[in-house]
Formats: sequence, C-alpha cells, structure tokens
Amino acid sequence: MVERVGAAILAALASVGEASLFGLRALREALLPPYEFREIARQVFEIGFRSTPLIAASGLAIGVVLSMHTRASLERFGAEAMIPAGLAIALIRETGPLVTALLVAGRVGAGIGAELGAMKVTEQIDALEAVAVDSFKYLAVTRILACIVAMPLLTTITDFCGIFGGYLAETSISGMSWELYFRRAFSLIEFQDFIPATFKTAVFGLIIGTIGCYLGFTTTQGTEGVGRTATRSVVMSSILIIVANVVLVRLIFFLFPSNV
Amino acid sequence: MSTPAIRLDGVTKAFSGRTVLDDVSLEVPEGTAFCLLGRSGTGKSVTLKHIIGLLTPDRGRVFVHEQEVSALKGRELSEMRRRMGFLFQNSALFDSISVGENVAFPMRRHTGWSDARIREVAMARLADVGLERDYQKMPADLSGGMKKRAGLARAMALDPDILLVDEPSAGLDPITSGEIDDLLVGLKKKGTTLVVVTHNIPSARHVGDELAMLHEGRVIAQGSAADLDRSEHDMVRAFMRSEGSG
Repeated sequence: MVERVGAAILAALASVGEASLFGLRALREALLPPYEFREIARQVFEIGFRSTPLIAASGLAIGVVLSMHTRASLERFGAEAMIPAGLAIALIRETGPLVTALLVAGRVGAGIGAELGAMKVTEQIDALEAVAVDSFKYLAVTRILACIVAMPLLTTITDFCGIFGGYLAETSISGMSWELYFRRAFSLIEFQDFIPATFKTAVFGLIIGTIGCYLGFTTTQGTEGVGRTATRSVVMSSILIIVANVVLVRLIFFLFPSNV
Repeated sequence: MSTPAIRLDGVTKAFSGRTVLDDVSLEVPEGTAFCLLGRSGTGKSVTLKHIIGLLTPDRGRVFVHEQEVSALKGRELSEMRRRMGFLFQNSALFDSISVGENVAFPMRRHTGWSDARIREVAMARLADVGLERDYQKMPADLSGGMKKRAGLARAMALDPDILLVDEPSAGLDPITSGEIDDLLVGLKKKGTTLVVVTHNIPSARHVGDELAMLHEGRVIAQGSAADLDRSEHDMVRAFMRSEGSG
C-alpha cells in the first residue's frame, strides 16, 4: 500500500517535472524566430474572447453572492458602508484571479488537452511536422502564450463584473446609487492591489497552457486517451494553480509589503 | 547507376521491446517508384516515417539525397521536409480547416504566393485527385477514400522531389484507385521519386519499378515484380499472386 502510494506520488512529481521542462522550452522558443503572431492572435481570440461569456457571468454571480455574504457579516457591526470596499478588495486581490484561473483551467485547459490529444492520436501533429512545420512552436508555444496574455484580461473582466454584481445586490437591498457604490468600492483600492494580483494570473495562464499542451502532446491510447487527457488537464492545472497561488501571494507580500 | 534519393543503412527500430524494423537496408534511385509490400504490422509505415524524420532509428542510418536524416535538426530538417510529401495511412487531414485549406496549408507556410495563386494551385491539386468540387468541405464531411485523395493532394502541394505514400488505394473503388495509380506514374515520369506502401499487388505492378517485401521487420525479397514472382520464398510468391486491393 505504502509502496503504491509512494509510486503514485513519484509518478505525479515526474509528470510535473516533465511538464515544467515543456513549459520552459516553450518560453525559450517563444523568443526565437519564426514568430507565429497570426496563430497567437487566433488563439488569444479562441482562448480569451470565447471565454468571456463564462467569465463575465461567473464574475457577476460571484459579486452578488459575495455582496450578500459580506452584508450578512458586516451588518452585525453596523459597518454596511464598508460592503463595496470589502467586496472590491476581496475580488481584486484574490477571488477574481483564483476563480478566473480555475474557470479557465476547466474550459480552456480541457479544450487544449483534448484538441491536441485528438491531433496526436490521429497523426495530425505528425502531419504538421511532415509539411515542415514545427508542431511544438505552432501548437504549443502559441497556445501557452495566448493563455499568458488572456488570463490578466479575463481576470480584469471577472473583477469588473464581480463589482458590478455586488452593486446590483447592494442596490436591490439598500437602494445605494451607482456613483456612491463605486466611490466606496474603489476608496481603499490602490494600483498595487490590482497590478500584482492581476498579473500573477499570467503565471496561471502559463500553467494552464503548459499542462494542456504537455498532456495533449503525450496522449496515447486513442479516444479513451483523449478523454483522460482532458480530465487530467483540468485536475493537474487546478492543483498547480492553487499551489502556485500560495507561493505567488507570499511573493507579492514580500515585494509589496503594503499589501500585507 | 543514379545516386539514390533515399538510402536506409541497417535501420533497426523497436517499440516497447518489440523489434519492428530489424537491420533494414534499402536504396531508392532518384526518379523511380519503390513499392514496399508486406502484411499488416511488418514495419512499412514505420519505414516511411524514418525517411521523413518523424522517427529516428535505434540503430542504423537513413539518408535522403545523401543527407543523414536523423542528424538534421531545426531549419535543415525543415528544408529537407519541404522537398518531400507524405500521405499518411489515415490521411491525417487537419480537421479544423477545410479540405482546400488543408491543401493550401503547406503553400501558405512555405511560399510567398498571393492568396489567389495559392487557391488556384490548391484547386489544381484537388482536381488531380478528382476533388475539385470539395474545396470548401470539412474533412469530417468526406468519405474515407475522399480523405485519402485529399491527403494525397496535400502531399503534392509543394511539388515535392520525393513522395512517400502510405496505402494510396486503401478504401478506394477500383476506378479511382486506377486513376491514383496513373497520377503516381505521371509524377514519376516528371522525375518525382516515389516510395509507396501498398497491399494492392496490381497497383504495385503498375506503379513500382522496384518492389520489396517486409516480413517481421526484415526485407525478405527485393527486385522487380518479375523477380518477386520467381522468389524462392513461399510467402512472397503467395503475396504476389494475390489480387487484394488492400
């Protein structure tokens, strides 16, 4: 039993190690010509723009729920006026980035893994190589870069929609005006709350893109393998995002002490 | 004797401990058609993948135009592949783009041609395989035989010096199969070197200048169709007598 668990842990660590090398190779090759700008732009559209409805709807719902919970807590202390600021800080600093990353890991990570996995098992990746196209650069580097670019943009949308959702919830209860809500929401927010928290999601994008592409490129065993790749992409990305978040928050506190 | 366009020198390859190619040596002279025969799983497709550098041998070497393929990397490998076309056994069309764009893809990547010219050439290649009306169709909308023909059109897109063709007649009716054979013979006459993997003996007789039969990873017979007809090996003679269409 202990041996089996140990072997599973070692296998998982080996996968993470191999995926890390895959990601580092992608970052290195992204700097070398030829640059696939057109394909990167297409992937930013596919990964970023097409995720917008999911991200916006989720952000809105999270804002509403967070606002209701925050009201329930702050009401006890007669501090309802702090609801907009509390909600904005919670969303911008932590909830927005993490929720966006987990949602994108679910939608995009699974999609990349399944798409590349299907291309692998139907020899389309070999076909790309056969027509003298560097499949790693064309498929993996472009998707990883697109994830890195799209994540901060999607996080900003989550933050905005969440704050707007909070406003809808608050105005339906207290009748607070739009102007007052937003003045209060941003009264305690500074750029150093927004910038590091939002840009740390570029690392989440790197994780999502790398894991999806790595698992897609190493897919075996036909359509069953493609399904497994899609599932593993979501699970592995989500775990790594949560672990990376701990490290990144610690790093942000170190680099921006005023955020503590 | 002309310089070989392709040379395999003692190539051995194993997957998960199972030897698929065992000390295979072959030479394909420039401008000729070489047909690889053999039962399923004897390493014919693996041989093609070694020639284009998708696989590297465990032992031995593969040369294309006297350049060692497994020693090539990056731009050099890409340059070599641009001079080759490859028809995959399952066609391997890119399923996210149309049939026409599949054929246009190599041209979009490797030529500076205008969109109009690329479309014109792609349409001509599709016409060569009888698919001129299917430019806009998606690969999922094609039958197996049509996919095969579209794959062949893509393989011919850059007018390659060497064309590697994996079972061109599989899934095709006899008339279309004959047309594809005539197309391959026409390419050979223009100077294209062909390596054709096939189970279709009439097709191999029609297209091939030289035939080789692989069995359990080894070349057990090589020569003209007449040579193989007279082979001492029972399996080779039996295979040559069959009229199977793969």
